[in-house]
Amino acid sequence: MGIEDLIKLANIHSAMQDSNTARLVINKDRIIDTNVVTGLIVDAKEIKDGVDINITLREDTTVENPVHLCFGVTHKKAIQKIIMNISIGQNSRISVFAHCVFPNAVDVRHIMDAKIKVGKGAKYSYLEKHIHSEEGGITVIPKARITLEEDARLKTEFELTRGRVGIINIDYETTCGRESVMEMTARISGKGNDVIKIKEAGNLVGEGARGVLTSRIALRQNARAEVYNKLVATADYARGHVDCKEIIQDNAVASAIPIVEVRNPKAHITHEASIGSVDSKQLQTLMSRGLSENEAVELIIAGLLK
Amino acid sequence: MEILKIENLSLSINGSRILNNLSIDFWEGCIHAVVGPNGVGKTTLGRTVMGLEGYRDFDGDIIYKDEPIKDLSVYQRAKRGITLAWQEPARFEGLTVEDFIKSSVKNKSREVVADALKKVGMRPDEYIGRAVDKGLSGGERKKIELASILVMKPELVILDEPDSGIDVASLQNIFEAIKFLKSNGSTIILITHSLEVLKKAEHAILMCNGSVFKKGSVKEISKYFKNKCIPCDHKNMPE
Repeated sequence: MGIEDLIKLANIHSAMQDSNTARLVINKDRIIDTNVVTGLIVDAKEIKDGVDINITLREDTTVENPVHLCFGVTHKKAIQKIIMNISIGQNSRISVFAHCVFPNAVDVRHIMDAKIKVGKGAKYSYLEKHIHSEEGGITVIPKARITLEEDARLKTEFELTRGRVGIINIDYETTCGRESVMEMTARISGKGNDVIKIKEAGNLVGEGARGVLTSRIALRQNARAEVYNKLVATADYARGHVDCKEIIQDNAVASAIPIVEVRNPKAHITHEASIGSVDSKQLQTLMSRGLSENEAVELIIAGLLK
Repeated sequence: MEILKIENLSLSINGSRILNNLSIDFWEGCIHAVVGPNGVGKTTLGRTVMGLEGYRDFDGDIIYKDEPIKDLSVYQRAKRGITLAWQEPARFEGLTVEDFIKSSVKNKSREVVADALKKVGMRPDEYIGRAVDKGLSGGERKKIELASILVMKPELVILDEPDSGIDVASLQNIFEAIKFLKSNGSTIILITHSLEVLKKAEHAILMCNGSVFKKGSVKEISKYFKNKCIPCDHKNMPE
């Protein structure tokens, strides 16, 4: 499998041909392709087993088209380290679509270490979509430390619903300044002996800061998941919500540990968590329309992970 | 000719007898109403005919189109043309109205979905991409559930409290959809304690204490229900 297949799997053909769309394509530790647009500075250099990337968006800049980052490994065995420093200038807007494609992984480690600063009044949206092999021989360790300045907006979505998870260990932490808004969502489907660990934390330190942590997990066979969501509110009028839902089947095991900590009487945080098999009423509704039990379960899980 | 024949049906839940030696026939192509105050076993009857979980361990027989269906699963009964709409429809996180309705039909075109939504008085462009979750009201989900039944073209439809959570304007849409089902040849069982819904039936069955207490014309049952059952304070104890 070559680079063309990687691009095909990531579905970024049109982005590769558009000069108005910024992109950075990496295979293991090699930079394959880059393109930047006005106001966006991308400085990427190859390092041992990975790539060190600095992305800066100038102040008052709006990047119209989503920026595509393709972190692929076409090898069966490899280590890929991605070190990222992202700085979004004040009052700027950018949306990033990261494609993490590991189609042949038998023994691959993908390690990401990101520091992200979203400036005053800026908006940053980050969608990370993983496509894995069916072997389950991959370990994904993404870590991000994010700072939101006053009035900044952050929206992250992590999606791993194709192929086997292998082992994933997410560690994201965001500190939210005054009137900033943070939404972090993870959607993961595990099977076989996959292991999913999610640790997401939000510190609502600025007055009026708001945060939502959402996890949607579906587990089958012998997969295991542990979701640890923590929201801490220390400022006046900080608002937050933690929402975790996990569906398990077969011998899968799931746990959810929502921690809400409020250190200010004017702040308010809520949480909800549910773990269990597919909802009986949903299942029976679909079966009474003529779907088999398996078809009904597939549809319900597809909805949950959408 | 009867499409559904229930013979000596008895069912207990958690030790309480809910259906009590109930026998009744439902004629093909007809709109039937099963009426009675709360707690007489109407919903249990509907769920038992559909074969839902918790409603399968009963005595007696349910014969559908001359075939006993006691041992058939919900899915197998649906494949034979039976379906049910819940009093309080399920919520499906992330599942769009389009995908939900398409799941009931072989012809999975968007036009079919749009047409069904129009038939229950909903604007397709407003609803087709929305999720069937808590973002929709109970009444909206009820109409969407009915739309999913319209595309299925069932032979026997059980509608449990079709008016619950429905506003006055939307109730007319529900009645139109029932008319449409009838015109397509479906047999309809309306489970209700509403006189307005009862009026839409062609034949009525009054239940009390888990059994059929009376059956007859809508006018006759309606009069009895209004005068005797609504003011009745000795629940489940027919005179």
